[in-house]
Amino acid sequence: MAEQTTVRPTVRRSPLALAADRLADVAAATGGAVSIAEVPFLAQLNLRLDPKGPAADAAGKELGVALPTAAGVAARAGELTIAWLGPDEWLVIGPAGGEGDLEARLRSALGTGHPAVVDVSAQRTVLELSGPRVRDLLAFGCALDLHPRSFSEGACAQTRLAQAQVVLIARESGAFWVLVRSSFASYLADWLIDASVEFTGPQA
Amino acid sequence: MMLISCPWCGPREEAEFHYGGQAHVSYPEDPSALSDEEWARFLFYRDNPKGPFAERWNHSASCRRWFNVIRDTVTYEILAVYPVGTPKPVIA
Repeated sequence: MAEQTTVRPTVRRSPLALAADRLADVAAATGGAVSIAEVPFLAQLNLRLDPKGPAADAAGKELGVALPTAAGVAARAGELTIAWLGPDEWLVIGPAGGEGDLEARLRSALGTGHPAVVDVSAQRTVLELSGPRVRDLLAFGCALDLHPRSFSEGACAQTRLAQAQVVLIARESGAFWVLVRSSFASYLADWLIDASVEFTGPQA
Repeated sequence: MMLISCPWCGPREEAEFHYGGQAHVSYPEDPSALSDEEWARFLFYRDNPKGPFAERWNHSASCRRWFNVIRDTVTYEILAVYPVGTPKPVIA
C-alpha cells in the first residue's frame, strides 16, 4: 500500500515578517509622525548595460521610460521604478511576483549588446516610511542631506543608514522606500523602531 | 571625517569609501623580465609624500566605482578628483 504523502504549501516568509507588528506599532506610538511598513517580495532586477548603446534604448522602450542617466534619479513608469545605481547599473523594482515575467521581457528586448539582467528580488526587502517626521528619523542614521530641496520625489541614493548599506528612494507624498539587504533587515527595523522613540510623547 | 566628492554620486562622507593606495602604479610591461628586486619594488614600494598625493578610492557603499583623488597628506584637503585612466592633474 502506497504511503500517503502530504504536500506542504510553499511557505514564503519575508525578512521582516516577524517584525511586522512592532513596525505597525510605530505609527500609533509616534502619533502618526512616522509610519513604517514592510513592502515584501517586490520584484527587483539588476540591470547592467552600456548607457550609450542600443540596449539602453531598447530597455527604455520595454520599461516605458528611458533609463535615468543622471546620478541619483529614480524614474517611474506605471508600477515600475527604475533606480540609478551607477553609470551602467540600474535597479528595476516592480510588483511582487512579477520578476520572472519582467526578466524574460527585458532579456528578449535587450538582444545581444552584452546586457546583464539578474533577478535580485531576494537580495533586499523594502521598507516604506511615511509621515511628517520621516526625514528627521532617517537623518539620525544617514549623512545625506535629506531636505526636500535636495532629496525630493524621484531622488534615489545608495548610502548607509545606521551603518547598513541601503538604497533610499524618495516617493510621492513625502514617503521613502528603504531597500535593505535581507540579512540586515531585522537590525535596521530594530534601529528604526528605536530611533522613532524620539517622536513619541507630548512634544512630538 | 573627510568629505570626498565621488565623480558620480557627489560629496559623501569618508566612511562610504574604500581606500585603494597610490594611483598611477602601472603593471610592468613584461613581468617575467623583472628581477626579484624590481618585482618587489612594483609590489610593495609606494611613495609616502608629505603633501599632495595621488591615490585611488572606491565608492564602496554606493556606486562601487574606482576613481582617483589628489589629497594633501598634511591637511587632508582634497585637491582634485578625476576618473581612472586620465592623467594626473597638475596641482599648482
